[in-house]
Amino acid sequence: MIQPLRAAPAVTLVLMALPVAAGLAATLVPAAAPGALAGLLAWPGLPRAVTLSLTTGLASTALALALTLLILAALRGTPAFRLLVRLLSPLLSVPHAAAALGLAFLIAPSGWIARALSPWATGWSQPPDLMILNDPAGIALILGLTAKELPFLLLMALSALPQTDAANRITLAQTLGYGRTAAFALTVLPALYRQLRLPVYAVLAYGMTSVEMGLILGPDLPPPLAVQVADWMTEASLTRQGTAAAGAALQLLLVLAALALWRGLEAATRAALVRAATAGLRLPALDAPARALALTLAALLAGALLAGLAGLALWSFAGLWSFPDALPETLSLSTWTRAAASLAQATGQTLFLALSSAALALALTIACLEAEHRFRLRPAAPALWLLWLPLIVPQITFLPGLHRLALTLGLPPFPATFAAHLVFVLPYAFLSLAPAWRAFDPRFIPLAASLGATPTRALWALRLPILLRPLLTAFAVAFAVSVGQYLATLLLSGGRIATLTTEAVALSSGGNRRLIGAYALLQMALPALAFALALALPALLFRNRKGMAA
Amino acid sequence: MNRRAFTRLTLATAVLPALPRAARAVEEWDGIVDLARGQEVWWHAWGGDPKINDFIAWVGGLAAERFGITLTQVKIASTADSVAAVLAERDAGKTTGGAVDLIWINGENFAAMKREGLLYGPFAERLPNWRLVDVAGKPAVVTDFTLPTEGYESPWAMAQLVFEYDSARLPEPPRSIAALQDWILANPGRFTFPKPPDYLGVTFLKQVLYATLPDPAILQSPVDPATFAATIQPLRDFLASVEPALWREGRAYPDNESALGQLLADGEIDIAFAFNPGRASAEIAAGTLPDSIRTFTLQGGTIGNASFLAIPFNSSAKEAAQVIANLLLSPEVQARAQDAATLGFQTVLNLKALRPEDRARFDALSLGPATLPPDQLGPALLEPHASWATALAEDWTTRSGTGD
Repeated sequence: MIQPLRAAPAVTLVLMALPVAAGLAATLVPAAAPGALAGLLAWPGLPRAVTLSLTTGLASTALALALTLLILAALRGTPAFRLLVRLLSPLLSVPHAAAALGLAFLIAPSGWIARALSPWATGWSQPPDLMILNDPAGIALILGLTAKELPFLLLMALSALPQTDAANRITLAQTLGYGRTAAFALTVLPALYRQLRLPVYAVLAYGMTSVEMGLILGPDLPPPLAVQVADWMTEASLTRQGTAAAGAALQLLLVLAALALWRGLEAATRAALVRAATAGLRLPALDAPARALALTLAALLAGALLAGLAGLALWSFAGLWSFPDALPETLSLSTWTRAAASLAQATGQTLFLALSSAALALALTIACLEAEHRFRLRPAAPALWLLWLPLIVPQITFLPGLHRLALTLGLPPFPATFAAHLVFVLPYAFLSLAPAWRAFDPRFIPLAASLGATPTRALWALRLPILLRPLLTAFAVAFAVSVGQYLATLLLSGGRIATLTTEAVALSSGGNRRLIGAYALLQMALPALAFALALALPALLFRNRKGMAA
Repeated sequence: MNRRAFTRLTLATAVLPALPRAARAVEEWDGIVDLARGQEVWWHAWGGDPKINDFIAWVGGLAAERFGITLTQVKIASTADSVAAVLAERDAGKTTGGAVDLIWINGENFAAMKREGLLYGPFAERLPNWRLVDVAGKPAVVTDFTLPTEGYESPWAMAQLVFEYDSARLPEPPRSIAALQDWILANPGRFTFPKPPDYLGVTFLKQVLYATLPDPAILQSPVDPATFAATIQPLRDFLASVEPALWREGRAYPDNESALGQLLADGEIDIAFAFNPGRASAEIAAGTLPDSIRTFTLQGGTIGNASFLAIPFNSSAKEAAQVIANLLLSPEVQARAQDAATLGFQTVLNLKALRPEDRARFDALSLGPATLPPDQLGPALLEPHASWATALAEDWTTRSGTGD
């Protein structure tokens, strides 16, 4: 019992890092082929595509993080905050493609906002020719990424916050005359950011390399680099594989460069905070505008996401819906009835993959963390890097190679897809659970031992029940990550496993909003259910335990 | 051993060499149908259009009921993904039990698979329903972008480029490329085309070439890199003149046919086009386009081609895949596909070769409000050699694809 547990961290890291490393090697080998780099450099869109990858990734990450912190600093404890927390699970569970499509319908010149205002306010009887979507600067993409990553960062921050002793620190600072916002920035942020760092890096890497969102909201000519690389990889003539590999290599370097730049920004922010603290800046006047800003931005982003999704949902019931009608001319169930069989089948496949991969990921995470605790293992820096690997290495740079590997090994579609899901699901489960686990009051375990409990009993009877809420949250995060997997499912299953996500993205290439709406709605419903359970179960089980139910 | 299998064995050992060819073919086909029973076919077909997905599901019902075959559509976003999947399998040494059993294909994808030796066959001309195919009247069923199919793919639908417009907003559409150019310049922001290398976008470029080249016959030969730039100068001039007047000033383009159709449905553009003469009628029937949409073609004709089915060399269900290909050539399935309420795809069959009761299935179809009758569709121009698609897409991407 003891020995296998001790090996758990090593086994888990190998399970995650090996597929990434092997896939990466297999994907990047063609980059060394003669002409590969030249082909990439000959592409006239390259400088702008590279710039876009950097600007959209960095700007959306900075905005999402700033807004997360602003909300925590200015709104915690208000009714608006409680509403936002309740909205978190549905917002978080929205797959990226669905969120992007919903936003696109909302803001397009023929979209919902324009329809609602036309023709009475705008005078438009036909949509104006305006570059609101796919704008060359990538503003629509930045907004979409920010709106989509905000819930993730907020959830990560909320699960880390209890370990920062935030309430006491802020109260103490406030009694010394500090404003709420300043108190948060000076006393809570340093401890909080330490735990938020890994999720932020994952958000940055994702923002720079997202193919689905870049495709739907991003500029078109040229698109961000990741979109173009994906294009090359699937080109019919099969002659662009070398260029694609060179592009993938460049994308990887870009992500690394952006991470380095981000670390620089971290240091600069830290220095500024230290200076503010030593200067004794109390800034109570900042609170009112901070609160107003946080409220406005949070309402705007959450409202845009929700309205976009409501629009998609409405499309799934729409008959003819022409511009500038604000609502469909007719409503019908025909989209749902016609697609019922394939919807049910895709839901089944999605559930099966998500439940199994999330369960194994959570079990491995618990084993790692328990081993870390019992054998006093200190996670070394290289181990942490390996843990981040699947989140930081762009998917497009290692999944094609991983597919080739699975074929060589003769893996059937399900195990191969399951393994690929696990690679992505594990880090999120770990990132989500580790802060709460490590912040668990260490006095409980010796106390249990002094009462005669074995370590195993202490784990099952004390630690796991007390950590039920973070455990369930980690499971829900893992579940949602699996539900959202597109490239991993498509490539590794050879198309033989149709999940709600692969079907929705396949449909989104055709722009059929009705059917996309139906798939997106279900795609959202599954993870939302998982998150609702993660919230409701502890509240139900511990309703007589103050401090554990919330 | 059942009787049929016994007969087959006897035939194979003793009688077969003496049999007339036709009888042997029937016997061979029965053997294929026998082997196909119980097989699972994973059909890779573009999944962006629910009408097509529904149609494939309906075919799957027939296949299960009549032949005991399980047909599953793998809804792909791009055929090239499936080609790449087969290529990856070959490179990994997976020569049997592949993931792709049947694939909806034509053009460069077919050319690439044939060149790389990724196809099973020839099989198409051995299918029993092959004799119903209108090879003489529709030469595109055996010539895919000038490349002879040689039995490596079986046709299942005819396509021809038609333009779609809203007659409520635009009473008289422009009926030539030159007239279209004037119209675009007079109505900025109301026309666009799918972004090359999307096949429909490239088809539009080819259509412009047909109208602007002094001698379009050169399109039937492979691209000559030495003269390519000079040859396509008229196309470059056309694009340079219209680009500022395109939708979004030519700084963004829709991704494909459906996205272009969505722009028409949203009223963002006034003229769209599709490779399916019946698409507009089918969309009107589905309630997704207003019933004032009509179609037109260009003076001198528009590009036409055929959609095909091919079987990868490592398909795990080659027999069942052939049974499906044959089923798609049956008058019953072809008539269903041509029905404006289903797909509006034009048949590949020679209606004169059909039995009266089968012909009646086609006679009973109504065209739908927007579909041109065959005699008003105009001539179908031949697809250029497959190398033109690649070269045109690349040229467009280099020159216009950065939005400058």
